[in-house]
This record gives sequence, C-alpha cells and structure tokens, in this order.
Amino acid sequence: MFVGRAGICGALLFVLFCALFPAQRVWAQQEPPYFVTYSSALEEPGNLEVENQNIAAAPKNANGFFAPTVEFEYGTTAWWTTEFYLQGQKTVNDSAVFTGFRFENRFRPIPRDLWVNPVIYVEYEDVNAADKSFLEITGNTSITTLQVPNAELRNEVERSIEGKLILSSNAKGWNFSENMISEKAVNENEPWEFGYALAASRPLSLTASSRRCTLCLQNVSAGAELFGGLGTRYTFGLKQTEQYAGPTVALNAPNGFTYKFSPEFGLNDNSAGVLWRFGVSYEIQQFRDWFRRSK
Amino acid sequence: MRGRVLVYALLLAGAGTCFAKDYSGWLKKVPQKDREQVNPYAGQAKAIAAGANLYHDNCAKCHGENAEGRDGRPSLRGEDVRKATDGELAWILKNGQMFKGMPSWGGLPEQERWQLVAYLRSLNLPEPAAPNPTGGQ
Repeated sequence: MFVGRAGICGALLFVLFCALFPAQRVWAQQEPPYFVTYSSALEEPGNLEVENQNIAAAPKNANGFFAPTVEFEYGTTAWWTTEFYLQGQKTVNDSAVFTGFRFENRFRPIPRDLWVNPVIYVEYEDVNAADKSFLEITGNTSITTLQVPNAELRNEVERSIEGKLILSSNAKGWNFSENMISEKAVNENEPWEFGYALAASRPLSLTASSRRCTLCLQNVSAGAELFGGLGTRYTFGLKQTEQYAGPTVALNAPNGFTYKFSPEFGLNDNSAGVLWRFGVSYEIQQFRDWFRRSK
Repeated sequence: MRGRVLVYALLLAGAGTCFAKDYSGWLKKVPQKDREQVNPYAGQAKAIAAGANLYHDNCAKCHGENAEGRDGRPSLRGEDVRKATDGELAWILKNGQMFKGMPSWGGLPEQERWQLVAYLRSLNLPEPAAPNPTGGQ
C-alpha cells in the first residue's frame, strides 16, 4: 500500500527497460555513485542513459511517500550533456501526483583533465510544491511542509532557473565533487536561493580483472554524500534548512545496468529522519547511431 | 568579383581547416613529463586481458570491436598509435579531445587506463622483420 501505484509504475518501467534493451556489455564505470552531487563525468557523446531514481521516506509527523524520477541523459558532445527529468510522487493516505519536469545542460568549458575540473550546469524546472524528489535542496525548507495535502501543494507551481558550479577532482582512484547551487524563481517574486552538495567516492578495486565477472570489486564503488540548503540571499546560512548525509554504493552490472543505493540521514530537526534512495540506470551506447546510416 | 570569390574560398578553406577532425594533432600537445611516463603493466598478459575487457566495454562502440575505426571515428591500429609512447596514449585517455568528439576518461582509475594502454600497445606491436632468405646477418 505504501508504494502503491507509483511503485507499480516503477516496476513496470524496469521490466520495460529489460524488454527493450537486450543484455549487452556496457559499463558506466566513470560515473561515481552519487544521487544528488554531480561530478565532472559527462555522458559519452552519442550515448543515452535512462535512469529510474526513487526515494522513499516516512518522516515524523507527516505521511510516508515514494517519489520516482525518470531521467534521460544524452551526451550531445564530449563537452556537453543534456538531460530531461520527469517526476512524480505517491503519499500514503493521499494521492499520487505528477510533480513536473526539469531540463538541464552541463558544459565542461576546459577540454583537459585538470586537478579540479569545472562544469557549468544550467537548468530550467517547472515543478509544483508537491515535489518530493530531493534532487537538490535550496533555500529555507523544512520537512514539515510535507504535512500539507497534495491537493493543495500541486496548485503551487514554481518555474525556476537553476545554476550550479560543479567542481570535481580525480586523484588516486578517488573522486571528490563539490556543487554550489543557486536558484531563482521566474514566475514568483522570490529571492535567490542557495544550496550545496559535497561527495567523495572510490571504486573498491582500482584495477580491472582479466576475467569477466559481475560481483568483482572493480564493479562496485562506494562513497558518501552531504547536501543541504544554504538559505536565501537575505537569510544566507544553515538556519532553517534541511541537511542530509549518508553513504552511497553502486554496482555496475555487466548486463548494462547500474544499481545505486543510499540511505541519507537528516542532520537537523528540519530534515526527515532517513531518505531511502535507490536507482537503476541503463546506458544505451551510441544511441545516435540508430538514426544514421553507417559510413 | 574574382577577388570576392577568392576571399570566400579562403574563408571556407579556413573554416574547413578549423573544423576538420584532425585526430593526429594531439600528439604535439602532450607535455614532456607525461610523454616519458612508463606503463607499469607493459607487456603483462593479465593486464592486456583486463585492458581488452575495458576496451570492449568502453571503447569498442566508437572505435570498433577490433579497433579498426567506425563511422568516421579513428582506427586505433594506425601509425599514430604505433608511434605514440605509452605515456602519450595514457595522456590522450585521461584528457580526451573533447572538441573533436573524444571524451575524457579521467574518471577511470589510473591503473585501468594503463591496462588499456597495454592492450592498445598489444594491438600495435611492430611487425616482425621478414626472415633473411640468404640466412646472413
């Protein structure tokens, strides 16, 4: 009952993935196991990654919820990745609603691998206040807003432009990523809102195996994420913001799927106790070749 | 009139030069320090096998199953790769040629990039010298 219709949709989507894309050996080995934080890893040009990312939580004093997000990430060029999100949520003892879409682009301005690699992120989002995807946190928010019924929240639509400065480093197998987030509503007179996300991760083995295997250490990467809001232009700081931190792990299965899991723990009274995240993604290599004749 | 045609022709040629996918230019960009790096896995059979797995998982879709090149993307069995040092190959894997379509693979652990280099090197071993029919030196 908790998962309800949204859960069934997620399961159907997964089955659809398996049916549409026959097992092939594809690994997204470059991508760290993060849910919120972006690294400098862009989608390889011509590849399309389809991801179903889900979040479930049962916050104190509010109904539990399940919020799936579907992402389509396409590598336009080696320095430009574009992504489209569709998201919804189901709240226990309440309704299931579609909460909106996001369209984002990431650009890597420096065509070299540096000690710190900058990436520019620009996003347009059209989501209503019933959104519970926690794809990022900005401004002054509190988990108590989730007590409001979906019927009221869904009427409050926010269209906003979001920018991120992504800094990412790779050293001795480790990835360290820092995101600085700023967001401005374009349909409401609200101040600039800020947030952040930090993460570090590492594959469990830094060398590839000479034999094919599924549960080899090289296919598993683990790390941790810390993210939260930083208030607005007028209330900059950690006061009255949500903050989360938790471990994250990913398995790049040789059949082309990547599975990710993370429990994220609320660090203050404004946050939910735990956000349970899990995701599955599939990368279609050279998707654009489907539409052009072989030379 | 002829002058204008000449100017347009020069502009077109210039644009063509700028946007042409000259994959070979990267060799000149490699810093000397990187060029001289030595592959710790050079010639090791296990590393070559691991590199082959990595190649087929990450590179084959663009460069072809046998590294022969595909859909305008360069062959990795050519003169450029044969002439390049291991350090130069590791450099191009790490940095890519982003404005020419080759992504950076800096997110792969360094050890795996060296395994890939070992595999690429195994594909580009110099051909054995033809036996001397006279049997002399």
